[in-house]
Parts: sequence; C-alpha cells; structure tokens
Amino acid sequence: MELRILAAPREQQALLDLPWDMSLEQWPEWYLVALPRGISRHVVRFTRLNGQVYALKEIVQSYADREYQMLRDLSRLDVPSVQAVGVVSGREAPDGTALDAILVTRHLQFSLPYRALFARMMRRETVDRLIDALVVLIARLHLSGFFWGDCSLSNTLFRRDAGAFAAYLVDAETGELHDALSNGQRAHDLDTARTNIAGEMMDLLAAGQLDESVDPVATSNQVVKRYEALWSELTEWEAFDVTERWRIARRVERLNELGFDVDELDIVTDIGGRTIRVQPKVVDPGHHSRRLLRLTGIDAQENQARRLLNDLDTYAAVTDQQGEDEEIVANAWVMDCFEPVIRNIPRELRGKLEAPEIYHEVLEHRWYDSERLGHDVGLAEAARDYAETVLRHKPDELAILGGTAADPAETQPFRISWTDLQ
Amino acid sequence: MATVTYDKASRIYPGQDNPAVDSLDLTIEDGEFLVLVGPSGCGKSTSLRMLAGLEEVDQGSIRIGERDVTHMPPKDRDIAMVFQNYALYPHMSVSDNMGFALKIAGTPKDEIRRRVADAAKLLDLEEYLDRKPKALSGGQRQRVAMGRAIVREPQVFLMDEPLSNLDAKLRVSTRTQIASLQRRLGITTVYVTHDQIEAMTMGDRVAVLKDGLLQQVDTPLGLFDKPQNVFVAGFIGSPAMNIATFDLVDGNATLGESSVPVPPAVSAAVKEEGSDTVTLGFRPEALEPVSSESEGGIPIVVDVIEELGADAFVYGQPAGPTSELQSDRMRSETVIARVEPRNVPAKGAKVNFRVRPGNEHFFSVKTGARIEA
Repeated sequence: MELRILAAPREQQALLDLPWDMSLEQWPEWYLVALPRGISRHVVRFTRLNGQVYALKEIVQSYADREYQMLRDLSRLDVPSVQAVGVVSGREAPDGTALDAILVTRHLQFSLPYRALFARMMRRETVDRLIDALVVLIARLHLSGFFWGDCSLSNTLFRRDAGAFAAYLVDAETGELHDALSNGQRAHDLDTARTNIAGEMMDLLAAGQLDESVDPVATSNQVVKRYEALWSELTEWEAFDVTERWRIARRVERLNELGFDVDELDIVTDIGGRTIRVQPKVVDPGHHSRRLLRLTGIDAQENQARRLLNDLDTYAAVTDQQGEDEEIVANAWVMDCFEPVIRNIPRELRGKLEAPEIYHEVLEHRWYDSERLGHDVGLAEAARDYAETVLRHKPDELAILGGTAADPAETQPFRISWTDLQ
Repeated sequence: MATVTYDKASRIYPGQDNPAVDSLDLTIEDGEFLVLVGPSGCGKSTSLRMLAGLEEVDQGSIRIGERDVTHMPPKDRDIAMVFQNYALYPHMSVSDNMGFALKIAGTPKDEIRRRVADAAKLLDLEEYLDRKPKALSGGQRQRVAMGRAIVREPQVFLMDEPLSNLDAKLRVSTRTQIASLQRRLGITTVYVTHDQIEAMTMGDRVAVLKDGLLQQVDTPLGLFDKPQNVFVAGFIGSPAMNIATFDLVDGNATLGESSVPVPPAVSAAVKEEGSDTVTLGFRPEALEPVSSESEGGIPIVVDVIEELGADAFVYGQPAGPTSELQSDRMRSETVIARVEPRNVPAKGAKVNFRVRPGNEHFFSVKTGARIEA
C-alpha cells in the first residue's frame, strides 16, 4: 500500500515529516504537544507544526474518510465545528503490518473542553450558559440537516463569548447529513444529549467539581425545553389577524435578538384575507457577528459582536457621529477604541484570551471601576489596570487540549464501544 | 418482550420516485435475532430507522407487540439502539453507571436497584457494583456499558452495522459474542449489516433486501438451499453461486460444451412462460469432477487455484470454442468450483465437472423467480 496524504498543499508539506509508520500510541514524545489528551474512543494525540496545533485520531480508513468529508461539509455550511485538515491512509509499519488511517484536524484556538471549564468549580449561571451554547449549536446543526447521533458535552468545545459561550462540534463520527431532519431524528438527538449531559454532570458532582446546587437531571431536562423553545421560534408558523401586521417585524426582531438573520419569510394569507400566517424559511445564525465583520473586519462570536457593536453605537453617540455613514464611524471606532486597547495588552498576555473577549472584559472592568470610583476611568486606564490586575492572573487559554490531570483515564469519562466487546 | 410487525410499511423520501422501503411486510418473533441484509441503498438501514422512529413511515404501519408505534416519538417506543457508543463515567460506581439513565427517566429508586441487580447478574458483574470503572478489566467495562442498555429492559434491541469499524479478525470474534449474549437475554433484536457472512452466522432468520423491496426472509440454511430468486442466489453464499443463462434443448440446459439435465417440471414451467432459455445456478461446492467422457458435464479450463487448507477452489473459464459467447451469458467473470484440497488440478488443465443431482437452482429468465424442480 502507498502512503497517501490527502490535505491542502500547505499542510501536506508539514505533515510529511511525521512518523506515519508507527502506531499513534508509540509516537515519541518530541512529536507531541505535552498536554492531556481529550476524550475519545480512539487513540488521539496532538502535535505542533509551524506554530499550529493539530489533533490526530487513529481510525479505520472508511470512518476517517467519512468524518473528513462530514467536517468539510459542515464547514461549508458554516456550522461551528473543528476544521478537518486531511486523512493519512495506506500506513504501514516497517514489518509490513497495516496501520489504521489518521484523521487530522486543526485545533480550535482558545477553545475549552467542558472539563477544563468545570475544573474551576462551576456556578449555576455558568452551567446555564454552557447549556444555552450547546442548545444553539444543536439547533444550528438541525437547521442544516445534520443528525449528530452522539451529542454530549464531551463532543463539544466551548469558546468564550462575552461572558457566555459559543459551542463547536468536535466529533462528527456518528453524524449524518440529510436534506432535512425528521422529528424523530431531532427527538433522538435531544434524548441522547439529555442522557449524556446528565451523565457528565453526575460524574462531575461525584468528583466534587460541581456546585451542589446544580441538579444534573433538571439541567439536562432544561436542554430539551430550551431547544424546543428556540426551534419553534426558528421554524414555526405563526398566525395573526391582518390588522396585526406589525407582528411580522416583531418575529424578525426576536430572531435577530437570538442571533439569527431571516433571509426569507413565507407569508400566506387565507382566502378571506383576514388571517396572515408567517414562517421563517431561511434563517442564518450570526446576525451580529456578520455585521461586525462587515463593518470592522473583526471576527468575533455572536455575543462578543453584540457587545462590540453596542460600544460602537455608544461611541457614535458620544462623538456626535450618529448621522454619519456607518462604515466611516466603525472605522474611526476601530482606530480610537478597539485597536489601542488590544495594542496595549502586553504581548505575553495575549495568549490568555481572544482579542474580542479581552475588549469585552475591558469594557466590564471600566464599568465596575468607574462605579466604584464614582467617575469614568476612561478606556486606556481601564485597559492598563485590567491587564495587570485581572488578565495577568488568568490561565493561558490559547491551547487547552484536555482536562487537568496527567492521566485522563482517571478523571475523564472514557468511551466504551459496544463494538469492542471481547 | 415482544414481536415486531412491519405492515406494508413504506418510506418515500421527498422528491424521490422510488420508495427507499417499499411496502415492507415482515414479522419478527418474540426473542428472535433477525438480520436485515443487502447491498448499499437496499433500504435495510432505513427499515431499521423506521422502527427506531428516526425515519418517518409514509405508508403502512409498524407495531411492537400490540402497540402501533408508527407515529410515536423514539423514546416512547421501548427500544434500545445499541449502535451507540456508551460513555463510562470514572467517578461513578458501576451500579450508578448502569442505572443513571433510569434516574433521568424518573424510575423509582427501588426499581432502579432491582434492574441493576438483575442486569449485573446476567453480565457477571454482581461483585463489582460498588467499584469504579477504573478498577475493572476491559471486558468488564464493556459489559457495564451493555448493562446500560439492558437495565432499560427494552422490548427490542436495534443494531445498525455495529461491527463496521473493526478489523476483520475482531469482527469475527465480536459477532459470536453479540449473538451469544442476545440468546442469553432473549430480547427481540433487529440487526443491520451489508455483510452476508455476518448475516448468515448471526441471524435466527435473515431478511434480504434490494432496491427497497424484501426479496426473501428465511433461516440462513433456507436462504442457502432455496433462494427464491436470482438476486438472493447470487447474494448469499461465499464464494458466490455460479449463475448463467442456458438454452433449453431436449430436456437439457446447454451452453457451449456444458450440458445439465433439467427436470421435466422445470422444462414445463419454462415452456409455459413461452421461453426457451433458463437461468441455472449451482454453488461451487455442488460441483464434482467427473471423467471427461461422461455426459452432462461442465468443462472448465483452470485459471487460478485457491488453496485454503481445508478447502480448495478452482477459478476457471468455460471450455469450448464459443467461450466468449458463454461469458456474455454468465453473471460473473469466472466459474468457481470447490475441489478436494489434496487433489487439485493443475493450472491450465481442462476439468469436467458435473452438478451433484438435486443441487441445481433454476430461475425464470423473465422474472428471476425460482422454478421448483
């Protein structure tokens, strides 16, 4: 068999140098990033090439090819997921033994496995925010016709999002892409999510890593409730009297508020012309983050974008530029506010949080400090004080890859495959 | 425990003309291990998912026992899908790992305890219930994971290609394990695979599907001995059955130099449908070498010999000047014959075989259906 590396040219070059003739478990340490590995039913290792961290998963070739294709499709659909880089197949040990294929994905910078988040004793509100992020992710996947099959906190990565979280799909192994999902498929995904999340929380509770006030069963039931509310807002027909036409605009506003853009609305009037029925047809998540990107070129999560846009609006009002062209004001805001704050963060602290998250925290810091001192401390001073008193004491989150203990088998759920039955 | 009944159940995907599953009529007995098998796109997975509630049923109905589950949400159907991988939680005891899903479902504590104890007994895990998964061996951990499915006491187990991500060797040992566990539990099980060998070795009965249509459902031996049509004949068995279209001449099926006697009943049936050809199938192991003089033989020129120790197979071409014409009539590129492993012919040799009487399979050229001798 020939060794075959299916990947983009730039990454192919870098990947060539890895010891593909060894099973992943035997790779010498100097190839690996010395961080605890994540949770998977397969052997997973991390390596660093050209300053970028990659995850490698050893898996039967047909599964590697399938998951690679699936992750590519998801990224084409703009679903938040880890990015597939390539598949290495046709591997052989020096003695001619065939080795399984390896799926290569790019590690998502500043992403956090839930175990890393919970390692610092989590409060109830934080748990709720994690759950909300996961619910939005499931709904987005379902809108795209993706049936997850194994939805859980373990199969998700979280990125900070202005005090909340944005969730990313990590494991697409059991996933399937359909034109549209049946109610049964959605219900099954939720039932799996509910069971897995309750299990994961009960385990954290047993490990003493979860506040006693958090009830795993109630929390996991919440997933179903919140999902259903979001799903009906996203997809359901709404009927009202012809005189209440303002309700169309209200529906769109509510969806914007949830972070979704409405590209197409289906509006039907009954024969008598008395009742209007409305259903969103095409909804696109990322309402605020798209707007921020268009205006400023800053790539941020949805809530971060909302926060930054609010600050931009405030800036326009304070500097008396409300009538100005939106893009000109945005440009001025970047030069006067955003960039100076980020530029003044000492270089060694920049790996701790993403730039939009830092800016959000500086805004928070400014608010609290100003309130405490009874006068506005100003953006520059708030940024300086925040960097020294807050950011410096935060852990580095650029590349957290696993839990916190050296032996993940002792602290993390491990996956048992029915198929490994011996 | 319960029976499963597909009653003319169909699934038609929007925008598609042909149903993915077409009027499936199938009854699975209480405690039975039924395997759905067929090539990709045959509708086997869709059939399973209709039962699971993941795919809608557009026509017909599905019952579990006496309950009509056609439009019931998945979680209310009392089924367990064992194609999922279960997580084990390191800080929870074995008994909590097995029983926690019941807690979510609101099952009373006493009931959870009873079910976990029952499952533990069945899985030989009784003495480990208070331990953490870490303290268990690999095999024991796997049994805990299975315990999670068992404590739900489902009416039906569903498995969708559970062995497809294993290498060939592990697949063989694992399929035996699954089959024996299923027999111990006695829970009605529906199992999907594309691999006919897996189907034949595991199922009490096997349902063969193609293009959304059920071709035949029978015991493994029934499928092997009496395939009801050409498709089943070619699909079941390894190496595959030799199948070709023969001319019907004077009570014999002939093709090139080959000639096989045809029972009168078969000749009559062929004539009745106004045909003068018949599809003849014979398994590699139904062939035996005969002296070249004897009549009614199938002469083959040997290409390749596959010696497996206990078995040997001859792969060859039909002999004779018109062999090219013959290969057009054959379903496969070669004729395969099982021969005595201690007495194999040489490469290039011409060997005359005959079909052991009674081991011929006749099918209508027009419909592909079996013609009984």
